Amino acid sequence: MKSSATEMILGFLLAKTPDKQMGQRSRPNRLFMDRHAGRLMGSLALAIGLLVLLIAFALFLRAYPILTYMSVGELLTGTSWHPLKGDFGFYPFIMGTLWVTSVGMIVAVPPSLLTAIYLAEYASLRVRSLVKPLIDLLAGIPSVVYGIWGVLTIVPLIRNFVAPALHRWLGFFPLFRSDNPTGYSVLAGGIVLAVMVFPIIIAVAEEVIRAVPGGLREASLALGATRWQTIKHVVLRRAVPGVLASVMLGFSRAFGETMAVMMVVGNLPKAPHSIFDAAYPLTALIANNYGEVMSVPLYDSALLGAAFILLLVVLVFNIASRLVLVRIVQGG
Amino acid sequence: MNRRKIEEWFFKGLMIGSAVMVLGSLVLILCTVVWRGLPALNLEMITQTPKGGYYLGGAGGILNAIVGSLYLAGGATVLAMAISLPIALYLHFYVTRSRHAAMIRLALDVLWGIPSIVYGVFAFILMLLLGLRASLLGGIIALTLLELPIMTRGMDEALAMVPPALKEASYSLGATRLETALKVAVRQSMPGLLTAILLAFGRGIGDAASVLFTAGFTDHIPGSLLEPAASLPLAIFFQLNTPFPVVQDRAYASALILTVIVLGLSMISRRLTGKLTEHVIR
Repeated sequence: MKSSATEMILGFLLAKTPDKQMGQRSRPNRLFMDRHAGRLMGSLALAIGLLVLLIAFALFLRAYPILTYMSVGELLTGTSWHPLKGDFGFYPFIMGTLWVTSVGMIVAVPPSLLTAIYLAEYASLRVRSLVKPLIDLLAGIPSVVYGIWGVLTIVPLIRNFVAPALHRWLGFFPLFRSDNPTGYSVLAGGIVLAVMVFPIIIAVAEEVIRAVPGGLREASLALGATRWQTIKHVVLRRAVPGVLASVMLGFSRAFGETMAVMMVVGNLPKAPHSIFDAAYPLTALIANNYGEVMSVPLYDSALLGAAFILLLVVLVFNIASRLVLVRIVQGG
Repeated sequence: MNRRKIEEWFFKGLMIGSAVMVLGSLVLILCTVVWRGLPALNLEMITQTPKGGYYLGGAGGILNAIVGSLYLAGGATVLAMAISLPIALYLHFYVTRSRHAAMIRLALDVLWGIPSIVYGVFAFILMLLLGLRASLLGGIIALTLLELPIMTRGMDEALAMVPPALKEASYSLGATRLETALKVAVRQSMPGLLTAILLAFGRGIGDAASVLFTAGFTDHIPGSLLEPAASLPLAIFFQLNTPFPVVQDRAYASALILTVIVLGLSMISRRLTGKLTEHVIR
């Protein structure tokens, strides 16, 4: 509609210019502005579209020296991290990130999805308009503040109650064995991450569930199903791809979170074996060391390699979930 | 029959419990920060820069970090605005194929998901190329990258609310796309645009990982773009990492200040939205 309208205006204005040889210069200034502003805006948009590639390329280029020094396999599975001796094994850090993120997602996903279902299917308009801004508020809290909260609340809770209790009752599972008396642990990082990704999963999952056509619900309810049965058998079945996408989005946010995790996770460069062990995620590795290591030859390159791994994982999860979500929005 | 009812009640209870837990964590965070931050907060904290031995428990405040953060996030927000608004307008007024628009939006969403530490590292690489050291300018570059996708998507959504009829009316009066965009659409969607700007500012002022290498840290208020600048999130982090309880208390007070700024901004944006919508055509 808009482009045809513009063409009409354009044609009208051009028709009024009798002398064709005058060309560009005799055109009204306004059209000139319009055209060139459009070009400028277009190139900005193109630049932002290419920014992702540029970032990935820059990181890869700077990380390249480490790949000529060690193979990818050695980098990923090496357990020794002694930059001064030339040992760059990412394994402990990758495991640290995976442990913290997994614990975070296990804690975050069930309550987030239940809350999203409640908001989308049960809550009255008043409750929803009251609760949603509060959840948005949660998304706005800076990550350092989450970190402070973790240090003040979660870490002491784990140190004084959770770790001793679980160690005593479930210590025969290696997962719950505790020989770390500080409380700065995978579990602390996971809980803080969980609260940080609540708003992301809830917002996206609620939208996805609400996008399920109302007719499906009505058909199920009309057959005599209860509301929960309708949700379980009809709504959720339909919403599965979108709900998965919301979880993946939360995962990629948790995967790349730096400050809050770094403050509560203990930062010991050893792969954790229990949720009460300390861990050292990739993000914390970069944050603690980058910027001051330019003198050690391969160190800088190794850290950029870590950043590249981080970016790659986040990009894969992000792009996959966005592609799913775009389809849902278009379909609905 | 009865089992179905029980199941219904059980899951409804579980859902309400979850919602209460999510909201409870918000309340818990705010209460913790207020409860531990308020006792350590005083006028000196917000009106003075650190004096000698501040990080050992000496006198002074964190004015350097407050001002530094405002400079950093303010500069980044202005820069991001200059880039975001044209892109958002392009998406609504110039783009000729909806496929292109979809791809740009996908790119923005993906950029939104990139961790802030990666932006910090990337900005640091840029700074090395430009020969910059850790400085206010470096921090502004990193935060601009971080804020760009947030602001652009926010503005994009605000502009999507402009009724098509309004655009058509403008076109039919002979206005160009540029005139329609700047004089009609921007005015119409002003509340939404402001919300996007404040949202991005809030994200920028609260982010630590991206300014860690790029802005540096200093006890002084930066006097030029090339001097290092302190920031609130990093001030909190450094104070917390000292072994002195007095200084750690100041970290809690600083966290309270940051929380008040960020949440205050989001309240203001909500207020502002209400006020400005008086002039919006529906």
